[in-house]
Amino acid sequence: MTNHPEFLEYTGNAGRAEGYLLPSATPVQLIDPDGTAATAEGYKENYALPDPAILLEGYERLVVGRRVNDQANALVRQGRMAVYPSSTGQEACQVAAVMALRSSDWLFPTYRDTVAILGRGVEPMEVFESLRGDWHSGFDPHQYNTALPTTPLATQLLHAVGVAHAAKLRGENTVVLALCGDGASSEGDFHEALNFAAVFHVPVVFLIQNNQYAISVPLIHQSVAPSLAHKAVGYGMPGERVDGNDLAALLAVLGHAVDRARNGGGPALVEAHTYRMESHTNADDATRYRDAAEVAQWVPKDPLRRLKTYLDDAGLLSAADSERFAAAAETLAATLRDGLNTETSPDPAELFRYVYSEPTPQLREQSLLLTAELAAGSANLEGALR
Amino acid sequence: MTTMAQKPQSQAQSAGPVPAPELTGVQTITFAKALTLAMSDAMATDTSVLVFGEDVGTLGGVFRVTDGLTRQFGEERCFDTPLAESGIIGMATGMALNGMKPVVEMQFDAFAYPAFEQITSHVAKMGNRTKGRVRLPLVIRIPYAGGIGGVEHHCDSSEAYYVHTPGLTVLTPSTVTDAYIMLRDAIASPDPVIFLEPKKLYFAKDTVDLDALRARYAPAATAETTIGKAVIARQGTDATLIAYGPSVAVALAAAETAAAEGRSLQVVDVRSLVPFDDETVAAAVRSTGRAVVIAEAPGFASMASEIVARLQERCFHTLAAPILRVTGFDIPYPAPRLEKYYLPGVDRILDTVDELQWEDS
Repeated sequence: MTNHPEFLEYTGNAGRAEGYLLPSATPVQLIDPDGTAATAEGYKENYALPDPAILLEGYERLVVGRRVNDQANALVRQGRMAVYPSSTGQEACQVAAVMALRSSDWLFPTYRDTVAILGRGVEPMEVFESLRGDWHSGFDPHQYNTALPTTPLATQLLHAVGVAHAAKLRGENTVVLALCGDGASSEGDFHEALNFAAVFHVPVVFLIQNNQYAISVPLIHQSVAPSLAHKAVGYGMPGERVDGNDLAALLAVLGHAVDRARNGGGPALVEAHTYRMESHTNADDATRYRDAAEVAQWVPKDPLRRLKTYLDDAGLLSAADSERFAAAAETLAATLRDGLNTETSPDPAELFRYVYSEPTPQLREQSLLLTAELAAGSANLEGALR
Repeated sequence: MTTMAQKPQSQAQSAGPVPAPELTGVQTITFAKALTLAMSDAMATDTSVLVFGEDVGTLGGVFRVTDGLTRQFGEERCFDTPLAESGIIGMATGMALNGMKPVVEMQFDAFAYPAFEQITSHVAKMGNRTKGRVRLPLVIRIPYAGGIGGVEHHCDSSEAYYVHTPGLTVLTPSTVTDAYIMLRDAIASPDPVIFLEPKKLYFAKDTVDLDALRARYAPAATAETTIGKAVIARQGTDATLIAYGPSVAVALAAAETAAAEGRSLQVVDVRSLVPFDDETVAAAVRSTGRAVVIAEAPGFASMASEIVARLQERCFHTLAAPILRVTGFDIPYPAPRLEKYYLPGVDRILDTVDELQWEDS
């Protein structure tokens, strides 16, 4: 396989060629849950702590992301939004995904990745248009090089492969980062996407946010593979696993995979170990399938807390920084509140407008029917009011 | 729908000097060759047009419809994929999202089912979902229907799944000329197209003027698109046979037999299942007052049922008899030695025409 010259050079893992594809023996961790820099040894690559400025930017993004989750959860409780899949506790994965990419690269998020979509610069109310129930999407993927979040699982991974393949054919150096969850790794499209990416040797980094649950089903019922990262071996791409609540480790691991993809090294699979601190969505009740004690174990592993401790101890986080970050988070939260508290009225005429480039004669007829119904309805209403 | 054959969109990339086509002028070619030429001509004028699928590269497809495209355009523009239909459609979706115009092949009708989620949940919905910000100029070619003695899973008429899905354009040619121009129109369409190729017609031949067909797609051409347009395949005055794809030839044969028996049957080739040409089909039925709809697919909840429903809504007062259907039975497609009992044939069509209450006229 000329695609993988690393095979010939790699001598770890008993010197077997596929050893290069295996993930590190333990998830990569650069800052431990206590906020102390961990020993970055024994991993398959030489991962280094990112520069302080990068960590500081990452911390700001975490603070803002957490505030987004808190605010969105509150707005759902107040009935201002139809649904919100919270990513509280998982923000580091999304922040690292965004920071690993250039604006010319593409991100493929899932429905739980609102923080990542906002991180790509998408206008907040464009992100929330679908969550409030006005339309199934609210932003232009080409404007932000960010795909619309998909509700079916793993289907977007193939779209990511296609975007990367097209870019490669045109000689662009675009990298595509595609997110999915642990549940999605059971889907057929997950397999097909990784296989296609490897066979066509396209620049896609797959990031599994393993938050341990697919709605109520724990990982043990999805897979008994040694790790989800091990699946990479079967496709002929390198796999890696990383502490998904350690932003520093995520930045190092994803940065390495993205650089490798950009330099023609092909795709990679990264599994981030994290935890969904809240229910699947507001419509779910996690107390039916997991103990409070289990959730409590993850509280001390929180991604914000550990990075803040590290930055504080290293003297990298000033009081002014903290105030600035909190203010940015409050500003965004206020934007969300104001936006979602503003009444909107989705236009029923739009139901027919975009199904095809030009509405078919049949859709024109149906549009006229609805228009007439609405006109009659408003006339009746006026009559009743008189 | 647009009334003009669409030119490559702004994202189209110039192919540089266009190589001279291998065949020109008046030629006798097969239906399959017409499809090949449609793809090679589109690829020659627009480098964003790509062809991929299972066995479409070196082999040229199991029906040889992509024969020579890899040789002519290279492995980057016509290539084999891993054997995974959802993967093919999903990757094509991403490529269309990023400026390409993929023309992909599903090897057989029933082998397209693994791609059903990608087609119905993403391909069909992307334009609507994005309020028109993202259009997917994607053509999904599917050899379909029976009549070739094929084994299980090789002869399904699967059109109902696609016509029932808003957002998809669904086309099926029945002539060599239409094979060429309808595939060119499909590739030029900004919307995703399910292109159903009646596999029993692949080796049917006709003599066509390739220069004239290509002239429809010249830069200043004003030819109308075939999308959304039915055609009258045979004039007639007593009753109207409405068919599409593989059934058009059967309907024409029935009309020929009927003519010898003194009954004049008109034949309509629907060819664009979605958008459906209500105007042409209803006008044809009004002109005769009697109609039979013919299709290979099982009749229950089918395209044929939809055509009947639409016609009785539009033509009720001009009908001399209920509109009848001749369709496949509501059974899985039968084994090769039994398919002759299943397929709509001339006799069954003429028997059905006889039931159109002629005694009342």
